[in-house]
Amino acid sequence: MAYLQLKGIEKFFGEHRAIKGIDLNIQQGEFVVFVGPSGCGKSTLLRLIAGLEHIDGGTLSLEGRDITHLPSSKRDLAMVFQSYALYPHMSVFENMSFALKLAKVDPKVIAEKVNRAADILNLTPYLQRTPKELSGGQRQRVAIGRAIVRAPKVFLFDEPLSNLDAALRGQTRVEIAKLHRDLGATTIYVTHDQVEAMTLADRVVVLRDGLIEQVGTPLELYDKPANQFVAQFIGTPQMNVVPSAQLPAAAMPLVPPGAQGGSIGLRPETVVVRQDDQGLVRGRVDLVEALGAETLIYVHTAEGAQLVARQSERTHLSPGDAVTLDVATGQAHWFDSSGRVVNA
Amino acid sequence: MARQSTYTPTYALRTVGAWAVALLLFFPLGWLLLTAFKTELQAIAIPPELFFTPTLENFHEVQERSDYLHYAWNSVVTSVVSTLLGLAIAAPAAYAMAFFKGKRDKDILMWMLSTKMMPAVGALVPIYVLAQKSHLLDTQLALIIVFTLSNLPIMVWMLYSAFKEIPNEILEAARMDGATLWQEATKVLLPLSLGGFASTGLLCLVLSWNEAFWSLNLSSAQAGTLATLIASYSSPEGLFWAKLSAASLMAIAPIVIFGWFSQKQLVQGLTFGAVK
Repeated sequence: MAYLQLKGIEKFFGEHRAIKGIDLNIQQGEFVVFVGPSGCGKSTLLRLIAGLEHIDGGTLSLEGRDITHLPSSKRDLAMVFQSYALYPHMSVFENMSFALKLAKVDPKVIAEKVNRAADILNLTPYLQRTPKELSGGQRQRVAIGRAIVRAPKVFLFDEPLSNLDAALRGQTRVEIAKLHRDLGATTIYVTHDQVEAMTLADRVVVLRDGLIEQVGTPLELYDKPANQFVAQFIGTPQMNVVPSAQLPAAAMPLVPPGAQGGSIGLRPETVVVRQDDQGLVRGRVDLVEALGAETLIYVHTAEGAQLVARQSERTHLSPGDAVTLDVATGQAHWFDSSGRVVNA
Repeated sequence: MARQSTYTPTYALRTVGAWAVALLLFFPLGWLLLTAFKTELQAIAIPPELFFTPTLENFHEVQERSDYLHYAWNSVVTSVVSTLLGLAIAAPAAYAMAFFKGKRDKDILMWMLSTKMMPAVGALVPIYVLAQKSHLLDTQLALIIVFTLSNLPIMVWMLYSAFKEIPNEILEAARMDGATLWQEATKVLLPLSLGGFASTGLLCLVLSWNEAFWSLNLSSAQAGTLATLIASYSSPEGLFWAKLSAASLMAIAPIVIFGWFSQKQLVQGLTFGAVK
């Protein structure tokens, strides 16, 4: 029995069907990340679970209890908002203790819990300050602290890192991962950043246009994408997907039967750039991105395909140089003309 | 750019202009103030006397002849109660429109405001008859109801603009934290929009206090407000300028002093959403 169960969840905004029937089971203690491009419905789905939007179809149950139409205040879930949504007229201590106070918890217990959470999040020196006296990162931690003092059944995070600068984002991401490991709380996390999804998640749910494209562990999604959308959404730089007609037949000895007339997907690390003419695919260098630890080489082939190769060695190549490529078709992904994966 | 001297001719002209306008606006009030402390003879003297020995005689007489405190009390009760009642009705309306957006919100707001565009006298007969039939003529209750209803559109508008300044997510956070609707309203919404409530309340207090049309038509000796008191010093007993001035001064003084101390809130409330 799943801890949190979504069955045929639907949401309409006027005539527009924003969420088109979502089925998902989340286990206790799991860290699930909803990821997808903007407008895919991931935030809406989270708000439906939170009870901040009305569920128009399907059922939602938590620990076997139907909570589809229960108000947010009775669901015992905690949410960390993108804008933090701290109470501006309360101190950090009051912000973090608000929920417990509403629940009429003994003040001594409240103080104890808040102090412990503040300790974990390094907020102890700031407890008497108001939110406007804090930096962005500190506000973020107060928002997380407000959620953890309650020990809710499920933590909901709505793009919590998108208002932070890059350095702080990385650091906070690590803290959230650590926090989840220590607390073991069931967590649903929404992001459009696939790096956050890959690094934090036990399981990733990829959404597009209000539908689930694929659910799986980060590496499952990377290694066995169900379709071209997931294949290209997960991984940076994107997977190369080219019509199989744009690669020389010699480079692709074994096209699976269903993939005739479809496309081939190659992760950048399976494309090897050679400076001799021994490779099976000929092309010219468009651009070289030297990132230090890795180098990205963008090549267009004689047949007109665009490919990017990732290698850990540095290179002397420059745009315009003629090269040949080895493609590891053994590790390739094959897609039929509608973008579905075809197993080799 | 070279620094300009402060005392250019345009600057001087503007200063003179500003003073002229300010004095022009203040003159009637200043004259009222002076006349209130004159005797009736001094008040009608031509040329007008600027220097005279002030007297408090008029104030004594106003209190003795027409019981100033009785009217003042009516003004206090009608304006305070109608303001509180109005806030209690307007707040839920503004809350609904500010935080649960609907397609017709703008239309509803415009419709509410449009009721203020009709001249009050257009509704005089029906309202008078209603008040008469329900035995509410010359009662505080009649004035309270009319004041509340006529100020309601402005209250909804002002509270709506005040609520619009509050991010919806803060209220959602309160809901997630387990707050009921009442707790959400009293522990989060109210403290965050206290400025809006204060300025809305202040403005409506002033409007009700100064209201004359309905007070004159629906009330007299029993429930009359200070507006009724002033009016009683004009025509029926002949024009007694000094007493009329004293009565007026006593009628407006409380609200002017009150307004003086609360002008910061008033200005803040009227510019909600205008300046960010």
